[in-house]
Parts: sequence; structure tokens; C-alpha cells
Amino acid sequence: MIEDFMLRAVLGGLGVAGVAGPLGCFVIWRRMVYFGAALAHSALLGVALGLALGVPADLGIAVLCLGMALGFLALDRGQLVASDTLLGILAHASLALGLLALALMEGLRVDLMSYLFGDILALDVADLAVIYVLMVLVLGLLVIFWRPLLSVTVDEDLARVEGLATGPMKLMFTLLMAVVIAIGMKVVGILMVISLLIIPAATARRLAASPEGMAMGAAACGACSVVMGLAGSYFWDLPSGAAIVAAAAVLFLCSLAVPGRKTGDV
Amino acid sequence: MNVQKQPPGSVSQVRDQATLVAAEGVGLSFAGRQVLSGVDLTVNRGEIVTLIGLNGSGKSTLARILLGLLEPEAGRVWRAAHLRHGYVPQSMTIDPAMPLTLHRFLTLGGKVPEDEMTSTLAEVGLQGRSAAQMAQLSGGELHRAMLARALLRRPDFLVLDEPMAGVDVAGQAQLYQLIESVRDRYNCGVLLISHDLHVVMAATDRVVCLNHHVCCTGRPESIVGDPEFRALFGASVADRLALYHHHHDHDHAADGGVVPLHKDHHDHDHSHDHGHEGHAHD
Repeated sequence: MIEDFMLRAVLGGLGVAGVAGPLGCFVIWRRMVYFGAALAHSALLGVALGLALGVPADLGIAVLCLGMALGFLALDRGQLVASDTLLGILAHASLALGLLALALMEGLRVDLMSYLFGDILALDVADLAVIYVLMVLVLGLLVIFWRPLLSVTVDEDLARVEGLATGPMKLMFTLLMAVVIAIGMKVVGILMVISLLIIPAATARRLAASPEGMAMGAAACGACSVVMGLAGSYFWDLPSGAAIVAAAAVLFLCSLAVPGRKTGDV
Repeated sequence: MNVQKQPPGSVSQVRDQATLVAAEGVGLSFAGRQVLSGVDLTVNRGEIVTLIGLNGSGKSTLARILLGLLEPEAGRVWRAAHLRHGYVPQSMTIDPAMPLTLHRFLTLGGKVPEDEMTSTLAEVGLQGRSAAQMAQLSGGELHRAMLARALLRRPDFLVLDEPMAGVDVAGQAQLYQLIESVRDRYNCGVLLISHDLHVVMAATDRVVCLNHHVCCTGRPESIVGDPEFRALFGASVADRLALYHHHHDHDHAADGGVVPLHKDHHDHDHSHDHGHEGHAHD
């Protein structure tokens, strides 16, 4: 008989994987992996923000990630340094600030490890509710705006010439990333959350012939990783977040063995 | 979003019903370098305009301003209401991480009837390729795919940035025929961008020679005799071109005739970048 906490972990993990996979496809198509990682690093500051303001940590994280994204876009426009340098500075400066902010908050004991590496086994019913509500919201927006999002991703100039409002599309995508990072870090933590978006997507690329196929494949690969990782955690007492990411990486390695049906040059 | 509708009287230039896009006094600089200044350009319905100029003369930038992809710092752009743009950029990179067939690429801007898809693919020479992955198309095929996407929109205003690049001479003639037939079919205005002078320039109604500003403009056969044009491209090039129009001016036959075409061309790229108006012409 499976324990309740494990059941909640599986459900929560599947919910996150179901949304992280499709969104992760856009992250790799748009070459925003490092951007996503930088956003995730700033999440700890969001936790501090949420605690300071007395609002749920998820909200603090999502707001801060969005603020980071907009701040990055504004700074990047100034072309002071190369974009990847700027992302590196923002990522680690905000991680350091988050650690400092949490350390300075008196009378608060925060389980830092659970934020950095995730604590899927501690998910409660309220967490599950948040995960599934946000999952439905993000997937719904992805489905509704699928074609314009795809068009902006393939070529922004052509999309604009064809009358698409590309600015709002990109803003929405950034917002979705912030939301998915906020719920994803419950599962695998700040330091590994981006892997939940990109590894299943990269795995699915090997097998997919269409963008939709890749998105669904990524969700499926993510779900398999969650189940495999949690099984490893359950039977061999492995750290759950790390086990999930390792399982995703193993699946990716296996996908390399699949004969190159489609252009496999990810 | 990009369409700026202004009452026709608000721009001083005389504009009739046929005008699709009109730029007036357009200027733009990048990082302190003036790329365009005081540029006037009008494209009318049913007209093929070729924008010609050396590399880095601001042609693509001007086209992007006309399409609304860039905002000019000075001047303004007028566009007819409900204008449908078609744009074939110089190049495009499709990330190989995205599995995307040609068919999907062509429908990203909206649904397309299947018979129209088939006929347009045939027109650009991509028949039977609709299931091909975009990442596997050759450079030439990719360019034709972008052309097909622009044509499927039945554009009023079609901008082709260097459409002849990477196309062999036979293909160029074919492409020009296609552009002309598209112009006739949709009665659209076409802006062609070129850094090089083609034999097929004859198919153009009007040539606008750009070097950060409009140097000269006119019909192809008259523009090759224009002193500004000769100064920019070199007399030998102008004469060679004039030959194709059977307007060869023997007064200029001797000057520079032995200089290799391309060398001549590139020399002028630099020496005439700034203030070429001061040059003595012949």
C-alpha cells in the first residue's frame, strides 16, 4: 500500500511535468535556457519577498521572476555587457541576495535545502491544488495562443509583418515561465528546476516530427522521469529531486540510441 | 498595429489613390552612425520598385521602416489602410530543435486552402516538398519557402530583400517573371532590394538608388546615365548595364572599361560612402 505522501508526490510531480514539458519546448526553441536558469536563481529572493510581505511564497516567486525578466530586458536593451554575461550577473547576484535576505530575517527558520533542491515528498493538498490550478491555466493559455506563440518563435519579423502583436506574446511567455518555475521548484528546487523544462523537451525532440508532438512527448518524458525518480526515492531512499532529474537525463541518453528518424541535431 | 493611418493631406507629397506606402524625410541612426537621412520613397499599387545601393547603404533598414518593423527617428511613414504586407527577408534561421514541416511553416500566419498551397508551392518550385522539415531545406529552398509564405498572404505590398542572392542566372529570370506575374495577379506594389545590378533590372518600373539618402531615382534606362549613379557604381558598371538597355553611351565606352567589374564595385563601396556628392563626374 502506497503512503499518502508518496501519492501526493506522484500527483504533484505529474502535474508539474505535464506543464513543464510543453513550455520547455518553447524554452529550447527560443534558446532561453540560460534565461530560465537565471529566473530560477532569483526565486530565493522571491521566497524572502513572500515571507516579508506575508504572502504565499509561490506568489512572491512568480512576481520576482517576472520582475527579473523585465529588468533583464530593460538592462539588455542598454547593451552594457553581452546578454549572457548580464544573465550570469543577475542569476548569481539575485541568488546571493536571496540567501542574505533569508539569513537576515529574524525569528524565521527556512529550510534552505528544500528550496534549493526541492522537497516533493513534503507536498500537501494545498500545494497540489496550486500546482493543478496553475497547470490548467498555463496549458490553457498555451493551447489558446499556440499558433501565434509558434509564429513568434519561428521568426519574429515575419510574425510582426503578418500583423501579430509580438510584444504581448513574448510578455505572456515570460509570465508563463515565471509561473512554471515557481511550481517546478517545489519538485526539484531552484538549482534544478530548469532541467525539468529542458531535458524532457530535448528527449522528445529526437522522436517528434511536429511541434505538437514534441510538446506532448516532452510532457510524457517528464511524467516518466517523475515516476522513475520517485520510485528510486521510495525503494532506495534517494533524494527525490535529484532522482527525478537523473531519471530525465537517463531517458535523454536512451533517446540518443533511437535511430535518427528526424533531424536529431538538437 | 503597425499601420499609421493619416489623412492624405498631412504629408506634403502629392499622393494619389494608388499609393500604398510613402516615406517622407525618414532618418535613422544606429549607435551614432547615421544610416538613413531625409529619405523619401513612395511605392504605388501595381509598381515594381527596385531599391539599389552598395552593401551597408541602408536598403534593408529602409525596407524594415516601410514595413513597420523599425521606427524612424526622423520623418514619417504613411501606409494605406488595411495594407497586407508580404516580406521575404534576406535570411532566416530555423532552429533545428524545432520539428517543423514546410507545410506548417506556411500556415503559421493563418490557414491556407489546400489547392492554393499546392499551386503556390509549384509556383516557387517547391512542389512535393510540403512534408520536408524546415531545418533540412537548402538555403535556396528556404528563401523560396519564405517567398511562398509571403505570396500566400496575397499581399498588397511585397518586400523582397535580395531575392536574387544565391539564385543562378536562369533562376533569376524565372524569379523575375514570377514577381511580375504576382504583381499583375494581385495588383500589388513590389519593393525589391538589391546590392548588385542585374540584367533583369529591365523588369523594374522604377529604380531608387540609395546611399544613406536617395541619390537618384528614375526608370532603369535613364538612371544608368545619371551622374550620381555613375559615381556610385562606376562608369564601367553603368555602361555595362546601359548595354542591356541598348542605350549605350559611346562617350563613356573607354573610361574604366578594363577594370574588373567586381573590383571596381567594391572599391566604390568605401570611397563613396561619405559625401560622394562632391565627386567630379567625368
